[in-house]
Amino acid sequence: MAQDGKVVIIKIRRQAAPKSQPYWEEFSLPWKPGMNVISAMMDIAANPVTRDGNASRPITYDSNCLEEVCGSCAMRINGRARMACSALIDKLEQPITLEPLSKFPVIRDLAVDRSVLFENLKRVKAWVPVDGTYDLGSGPRQTPRQQEEAYPLSRCISCCCCMEVCPQFNEKTNFVGAATIAQVRLFNTHPTGAALKEDRLHALMGDGGIQECGYAQNCVEICPKEIPLTNAISEVSGQVMKQAIKDIFTR
Amino acid sequence: MANPKIIVVGGGLAGLSATIKIAEGGGNVDLFSVVPVKRSHSVCAQGGINAAKNLKGEGDTPWQHFDDTIYGGDFLANQPPVKAMCEAAPGIIDLLDRMGVPFNRTPEGLLDFRRFGGTLYHRTAFAGATTGQQLLYALDEQVRRYESEGRVSKFETWEFLSAVLDAQGGCRGICALDLRSMEVRTFPADAVIIATGGIGAIFGKSTNSVVCTGSAQSALYQQGAYYANGEFIQVHPTSIPGDDKLRLMSESARGEGGRVWVPKAAGDKREARSIPESERWYFLEEWYPKYGNLVPRDVATRAIHKVVYELGLGIDGQPMVYLDLTHIDRSTLDRKLEGILEIYEKFVGDDPRETPMKIFPGMHYTMGGLWVDFKQATSIPGVFACGECEYSYHGANRLGANSLVSCIYGGFVAGPQAVAYARNRTQSASANGAFDSERKRQQEINQRLMSSEGSENPFRIWRELGEIMTRDVTVIRYNGALAKTDGKIVELLERYQRINLSDKEMWANTSFVFTRQLYNMLQLARVITQGAALRNESRGAHYKPEFPERDDVNFLKTTKAYFAPDVDEPRFEFEPVDTSLIKPRPRKY
Repeated sequence: MAQDGKVVIIKIRRQAAPKSQPYWEEFSLPWKPGMNVISAMMDIAANPVTRDGNASRPITYDSNCLEEVCGSCAMRINGRARMACSALIDKLEQPITLEPLSKFPVIRDLAVDRSVLFENLKRVKAWVPVDGTYDLGSGPRQTPRQQEEAYPLSRCISCCCCMEVCPQFNEKTNFVGAATIAQVRLFNTHPTGAALKEDRLHALMGDGGIQECGYAQNCVEICPKEIPLTNAISEVSGQVMKQAIKDIFTR
Repeated sequence: MANPKIIVVGGGLAGLSATIKIAEGGGNVDLFSVVPVKRSHSVCAQGGINAAKNLKGEGDTPWQHFDDTIYGGDFLANQPPVKAMCEAAPGIIDLLDRMGVPFNRTPEGLLDFRRFGGTLYHRTAFAGATTGQQLLYALDEQVRRYESEGRVSKFETWEFLSAVLDAQGGCRGICALDLRSMEVRTFPADAVIIATGGIGAIFGKSTNSVVCTGSAQSALYQQGAYYANGEFIQVHPTSIPGDDKLRLMSESARGEGGRVWVPKAAGDKREARSIPESERWYFLEEWYPKYGNLVPRDVATRAIHKVVYELGLGIDGQPMVYLDLTHIDRSTLDRKLEGILEIYEKFVGDDPRETPMKIFPGMHYTMGGLWVDFKQATSIPGVFACGECEYSYHGANRLGANSLVSCIYGGFVAGPQAVAYARNRTQSASANGAFDSERKRQQEINQRLMSSEGSENPFRIWRELGEIMTRDVTVIRYNGALAKTDGKIVELLERYQRINLSDKEMWANTSFVFTRQLYNMLQLARVITQGAALRNESRGAHYKPEFPERDDVNFLKTTKAYFAPDVDEPRFEFEPVDTSLIKPRPRKY
């Protein structure tokens, strides 16, 4: 359904396997109304031929909901970390460059391994310690204001964009990154979740802890869900400091 | 067996619910998922979860919820499990509340409830307009807790290929594919729970996520499991058409007062907001004064179809109608609907607080699925199923906000039932050789695909499948078109034999994995299409202009498809529906 012969030029940084050399491939696709980066890659899969006419292979990338809520399809698009599903072709400068996130191990092409975030969530016990799933009546009453504070933090989609753009998130510091800290804030705020507050704060002390944050504020600027990440970091920093002082007197 | 090992396949709401119950009950779980479980399709559910908590002084009861669900489903659901679900629902909401789901609150600090389609009560608890995401995260967090205690092992980015069956046809484990290394491996278990969700990909574009292919259900059907009521496909009245998918515009938009309309004059070119009230036609409110914009989904979908295709009144001649929220104040919209308004804004580019949204019906949900008994057991001994992949709670049409409760409730039944099965199982049949031979069978399929030297591109076959399924097997069905569709699927299956994979790498080969799923999609598409052809009546989401009335004499029955390997196609049986609690009555909104 090419309209007026309009085309979309996409350059993709590809990599066959974790230890292979990356290389670039360029594709030229017929333009369609409403295209986004995902639908462009679907078109490549249906006709995997490069701009030069060489036979190629479909692109490997992570995706699922395509509604920017599952967090799968994060990649660097024209150099910026963002979700591919909500990257509308008409709003991107061409040629469009697609690259994998740079701070996570490449699996293949644009797919990377982000399991570090899920491990971090284990470390900080990001859950409410309920007694069991049997019927124990309703939960604690909460004001609409409490809900309005918790809800934005709870919309984190684990895309890891905040970690990608953080100058401190690297092998030298082992910094946990903003997403995990925001979850600490979320669970420490919950009336029942607060039972594990001290464990969480201790998990954020020491190697890779919250003190590694350099307040570059890239995280809050890049977050596709506009989560108040820097507020969360300041708040949790304060909690960690208080906890550290308390520890001196109680240990 | 003190600590049975249960395999759960699928990490959405249903699979995670089952996992939590098993771990709590002393079992160990191997949890398989094609994506990290936190990225499962349940995140897409927007509007809310139903439970008759009666916190609005309306006199709502679980029985009323039960009646609305049965009536909404046009009496096709077996009634006892639906009643049990509606009775359990208020406790499930309390549990989710205790787990920290940030449900919206009333000024007093209690849970807030909104209205949804097919009921006159405020029965839907919600967390903004991302309720599914919030529920999934709450369960994901509890599973992570069990994972850190060693009760749950996750196998993320593994795809279920088949069940491992012993000589007597009982399930002894599963065969799965590592989506990175492409290794095929078998895993033993004392029981298996399938919670693999929807089948949207069979229709090409739908509101479903990419992983909702129905591949696992289809594989089990081809191994002998009954597949029930496959012909009942829910087309959601309000989705946003897109190039890659149809994005859902939640029913909560109407629950909070959204109105559906078209300009009275065909081809009216004026901008929506400049069309005066007197020149707009609020057809749902006119046709259904009692329920208005909140008629059930099948009813709203057919009404929009009629307005667009029969009356030619789609916006500017296009297949679209307005869903209008602009009369509601901004702060209310932001508090209760922000998540979905943001989707519209990001993907369409207009602000729905200022401009009426343009929407159209889109394939959304399958009421049909693996046949299960009242204990969530499929017809393969040792295989249980819960969530959208099974058929039992929604009859011929699902009410909005009932899916989340059916997923969680189904998981809460399936988990303990699988544990009980595992504890009572007598190890009579030998599983000797079953694991090896199933692994070899799957490896051979892989090798055949990898070495196939044809000319057919799997993604193009898929697009053709989606186009014809959407055209002829969704809102309106004619027997002639259904027969042609089945013929077309047979042709696609033949072409599948001449497939050419452009990617033959044995590492993270997503097109290879997709091609395997495609085969299962094609087989299941025949179940849906032939089931629709056999049901000569109209009931719930299944509508045939040639047979416009519900026919209880001949079709108050569950369709049960089974696979006949000798002829490589489905065969059908019909089973009476348990209507012991509510006598069927005409469904008129």
